[in-house]
Formats: sequence, C-alpha cells, structure tokens
Amino acid sequence: MSTPDSMDAVRAVTEGEYKYGFVTDMDEDRAPKGLNTDIVRFISARKNEPEWLLDWRLKAYQRWLGMADRDPKWARISHPPIDFQDLYYYSAPKSKADAPKSLDEVDPELLATYDKLGIPLREREVLAGVAVDAVFDSISVATTYKAKLGELGIIFCSMSEAVREHPDLVKKYLGSVVPAADNFYACLNSAVFSDGSFVYIPKGVRCPMELSTYFRINAAQTGQFERTLIVADAGSYVSYLEGCTAPMRDENQLHAAVVELVALEDAEIKYSTVQNWYPGDKDGKGGIYNFVTKRGACRGARAKISWTQVETGSAITWKYPSVLLEAEGSIGEFYSVAVTNNLQQADTGTKMFHLAPNTRSTIISKGISAGRSQNTYRGLVRVAPKAANARNYTQCDSLLIGDACGGHTTPYIEVRNRSARVEHEATASKISDDQLFYCRARGLGTEDAVSLIVNGFCKEVMQKLPMEFAVEAQKLLGVSLEGSVG
Amino acid sequence: MTNILEIRNLHATVHGKEILKGVDLVLPAGEIHAIMGPNGSGKSTLSYVLAGRDGYEVTAGEILYKGQDLAVMEADERARAGIFLAFQYPVEIPGVANSVFLKAAVNAGRKARGEPELDAMDFLKKSKALLKTLDMDEKFLNRPVNVGFSGGEKKRNEIFHMAMIEPSLAILDETDSGLDIDALKVVSAGVNALRNENRSMLVITHYQRLLEHIVPDRIHVLAGGRIVSSGGKELALELEQNGYAGLTGDKSAA
Repeated sequence: MSTPDSMDAVRAVTEGEYKYGFVTDMDEDRAPKGLNTDIVRFISARKNEPEWLLDWRLKAYQRWLGMADRDPKWARISHPPIDFQDLYYYSAPKSKADAPKSLDEVDPELLATYDKLGIPLREREVLAGVAVDAVFDSISVATTYKAKLGELGIIFCSMSEAVREHPDLVKKYLGSVVPAADNFYACLNSAVFSDGSFVYIPKGVRCPMELSTYFRINAAQTGQFERTLIVADAGSYVSYLEGCTAPMRDENQLHAAVVELVALEDAEIKYSTVQNWYPGDKDGKGGIYNFVTKRGACRGARAKISWTQVETGSAITWKYPSVLLEAEGSIGEFYSVAVTNNLQQADTGTKMFHLAPNTRSTIISKGISAGRSQNTYRGLVRVAPKAANARNYTQCDSLLIGDACGGHTTPYIEVRNRSARVEHEATASKISDDQLFYCRARGLGTEDAVSLIVNGFCKEVMQKLPMEFAVEAQKLLGVSLEGSVG
Repeated sequence: MTNILEIRNLHATVHGKEILKGVDLVLPAGEIHAIMGPNGSGKSTLSYVLAGRDGYEVTAGEILYKGQDLAVMEADERARAGIFLAFQYPVEIPGVANSVFLKAAVNAGRKARGEPELDAMDFLKKSKALLKTLDMDEKFLNRPVNVGFSGGEKKRNEIFHMAMIEPSLAILDETDSGLDIDALKVVSAGVNALRNENRSMLVITHYQRLLEHIVPDRIHVLAGGRIVSSGGKELALELEQNGYAGLTGDKSAA
C-alpha cells in the first residue's frame, strides 16, 4: 500500500544532504588545462621519472588519441560529453624540497581535513593498527608503519616512490593486468596517472595489518588519475582497504583510476573499498564521475583474489572489479553493495574470466536505489574451453526505495566448457510500507527503520568487510540514505 | 481508576473510504477488553488507527491515550509512549536478526522514557527467560525477523516482542488466527502472564475461542464501523450461539 504520507517519509529519509562537503584552501602546483604530449612530459618530469616510464606514458597517450571518440557508451549511464581539453591533469600539494618524512612535516591544513573526515591519522595509527598511505591531490604525503612492514620485506609506498626505489618490480607488473590500451579510461590513466599506491608482499609473508589508503579529490576541476599496483608473491596474504570522501563542488570531476592486482601461487589478496565521493546535489549538480578499471590476475595455482566494495558516492559510477583466473584452482570473489540516491547513476559489477581448470568464482551484488537514481548490475562470467570443472555462483539482489528509481541486472554468461557449472540468481524487491510500519510500530524512527532494513539487505556483503571498515561502512549506508526527518 | 484509552465518536477513513463511523470506547488501566465483530466491520482498521498507520485518517472524534491526544503523535512516537500492536500478519525483515531488531525497539522506548538502555548482556538474559515461557527456542533470537517462521511462530514472536517491550497498552489484532489449539494455549498463557494493573489490552478477534483462554473484563461488538453492543464475558457465548446477525440485524454478516 503506497500512500502519499509514507512516500513523503521515504523521500525525506532518502534526501540526505552530503555531510562531508568542504574545501581545503591550499596552494597548488598545477599543470595548465588540457592534454597533449607536453602535459604528459610535464607530469613525468615533475615526478623525475625514468625514460622507460615516460615512453610508456607517451605510447599510451598515442593509443588514447586513436580511441578519442570511443569512450564507452554501452553502460546504462548518461552525462554530457566530457571535454578532455578542459580538465587539469596534474596538481600537487605544494611541498618543501622533499615529501614529508613524518606527520610533523605534513601540512597542518591537510591534517585538519582528515580530522573533519573523522579519520585522524594519529588515532587511526594507534587504535586500528592500520598503516595509512594518504593520497591527497595526487601526491602521497604520509606513509606510516613503513619501518615495521619493511622488516618483513613488505613494500608499501606511493607509486612514485616505487618507480624510484623498486623499478624492476614496477616495470615487470605495471600494465600486466590492465594493459595501457585496455579501454578508453584505463588508457587515459596510463598516459597521465598522477600517483597511487604500490604494495609488494614477499613470498610466504602474511601482512600483519590491513593496508589502507584514503583517497581524496581536492582541487576544483582536477581529474584524478590514481594508479595502484599490488603484487602478492607466492604463499603471501594481504588485505588492502581503500576509502574516500570528497568536498562539495559545483563542477563535475573526473576520476579514472586503475587498480591492478597480481596474486601468485597460493597467494591471497583481499581488496576492500568504501567509496563515498560527492554524489552531486539533489538536482544532480556537481559530483564525481568515477570511471575506474580494477582487475586482478590469479597467476599461480590456488591463488585467490577477493573484491569487496561499498559504493555510496559519485554522481556516476562505472566500475567492474574483475578477476582473471589464469591458474588451476584459483578463486575469484566479488562482493558489492551499491547505493544510489537522488540522480546518481551506477553501472557496476564484475567480470570473472575462468581460464584454467577447477577455477571458482562467487559474485554477490546488492544494489539499492532511491530517489530518481539508476542502479545497474552488469556482470560477465566467461568460462574458456580449457577451464574444466569451473564453478560460478552469482547472486544479484536489487532493493528499491520509492517509486521513481530504477534497478537493473544485466548478466552476461559465456560458457565454452561442458563440465562448467554456472548459477545465477536474481531478486528485486522494495522496502515495503508494511516493513516501515512494522518497524515504526515497534518504536523505531523512519530513518532508523530504513537503515536497519538496508543493512539487513546488505548483510552478506558487509560481513566480508574487515572489522574496522564495517562500522564506517554501516554508518555510510545510513548517512547516504538519511534525511531531515524528525 | 484511570483510563488508559478513551475513544470518542471516532470516524476514520482508509483511502478516502469511511470505515469507522463513530466508535466510542473506554479502556481503564489494568483491564482487558475484547473487540469482536464480523469480517469487514472495521476491527483491523481500528487497530491501525490506534497505532497511527499512514493512510488511516481520523476525520472526526478523538483518541486519548493516558489523557493525551494521539492525533499529534506519529506511529513510532506512539510505540515509544507505550502503545504496542501485535500484528495479524507479522512482517518479514530479511537479514535483520530478531535480537538486533528487538534490542533497537526496546531501547528506543527506554531512551524515550529517560531510562537507561539495556546492554547486550541484560537483553540476552531477559530474552532467554521470556522465550522459555513462550516455549520458543533461543534460535529465534538469531533468525531474521519473521523470515521463514511458521504462522504460529510469527504469532509467538509478536507476544515475545510484547513481553520484551512491556507496553502500557497492547492491541492484539487477531492473534488467534492461524493458531492450532496447542499454540493458542501457549500464546494465551504468554499474554495472561503479562496481565497486570498497569497494562491494558485490546484483544481483537473474530472468534469466541480465544476468549476462553484470555478472559476479558468486557466485550464490545464492532459492526458497520460502530460499537453496537457491549457486555461482560458472557456476551461472547451469546455471540457463539446466535452469530453476529442477531446483534447487527444484518444477516449477511453472520
């Protein structure tokens, strides 16, 4: 039973204002607008990169020029054409001669910004035991716990530093999972990537803490092009957390990151994301375009890669964290919660490529749409002829709040081996007036009721998040669907 | 003796259609009153109006709860103020453990009354004791709210909620429907255990059967949106013998 009163209640709950909107005033070292070979050279020079990397960037740029009119159009998203000559491709916080070596050397204003976000570095260091590699305006400015990780031979640093200090590793693996010309946005990223994180876990080492990066976009009209590479050598384990939130802006901001994961024999990588970038206002103004390419490769037998994502932000999300199951017995997992509200658009899912025998994959996707938003699950399960006994289980659930939003499920299943078993389940439901009334008749306010129902809906995925992340994510779900009721 | 509930000349519409056409009813503290009536007489509408469900609009008259006008209170405020509705059709909430849901509900009420919230230990202790009296397994705490519960389990779960929430006014909407005789006895015993001088109940039922187990202080017959007859518990027997037609004068209502 849908009545005007209850619709009002739902509307009020789902029209929560973005709570983390603010802008930090900082001097910036910025390349001029637009993109050409000079800009690519400028970026590379600013970072004192070796010749081979500059060449790699320039080649990517040439490839990108060739596909300039081929930005992907198949997703269920719509936006005005992006003028790539009207964007800035490099900006960095002004620093002293060198990057800061401790928190004391970090711009106090930056630290204050993290305070506002509720993620004070100092407290997190101590309380959560999390080493934080903070990416702020394209440059890593604080890396903690490095010494401790160093003792185990673990490398956790910015991509720029990795290029300087560990060129062989970077050269070997960069672009090995997501080739430079993989797709339009990945190609753009390859040409102009600013910075990001690099992780290497040596053979047999179990990383003793969750590695964590907080991304943040701060400069107006600055495209942010992160590049992250994680390599887990044979028999190692690492859990990596990525989370972000962004300031209030009127201009659309493009974010085209690339994340590459490589898991060798018996290695396991667990990659968790809580994404809360500015989604735009109620009329869809402002907000981040998040066009991200994330892919992992299980290169050794029994390797395992697990993606967990909680996506609540961005005006548009275009993102398919995928796994190449290249070796026998390897495992790929994808657990996702995607929340869209107001005029947000999300087209997200995964691709599981079964390329070897006895490979297994699991996909659990929970899409929540409210307001006038559109939320699409798009997923590919491909079983190659060689992948005997491959197994996949896929479950896609959509939850609708209100009657003006859309939830869509678009599975692609390509099986070329008869012994494979692929299962797909999908459901669509609404938060019913009955459920809301039942909660309210027990004394719960409408906001609490919606939050409870939504968290229940997402439970299977939320359970996959590391403990210290789960609390934040649960809060985010509430915040992104919260409103001014009562 | 004070009155918990006073309903005066209550008119209410559902989606523009008038269902209640002048209900008068007084429920003193500590008493149990039964509302009986044929299908379509407005019994469930009355329970929803009292609980404050959206779409159920009071067009005339008033409802006083502990002397306070309910018109200005939202459904959740009413619940926190001590009004409890045991649903005829309890609602499923997938993924939300019964204990999580109930703890949130109990503490919402305690917070509103300025009482300290129950911590996990106290909550568990109290829950387990009450589940035992309702012949329910402790597993009910971890199962998602009403999901996969049988009809009888759902009704028992409602009474379990009621026992935990400790309302001043409980409205039991057709709690007997769908229960076999054994389950009916267990549920009735659970309800009777909650009887006390500070708690009033409105027991809505179609059949006299329930009232053999939960013996009311008074019985009201609702028909055509009005209370057409009130009396002691013997009224139920009379209805059992003569049907509702005898009271309402409407043969089709039998």
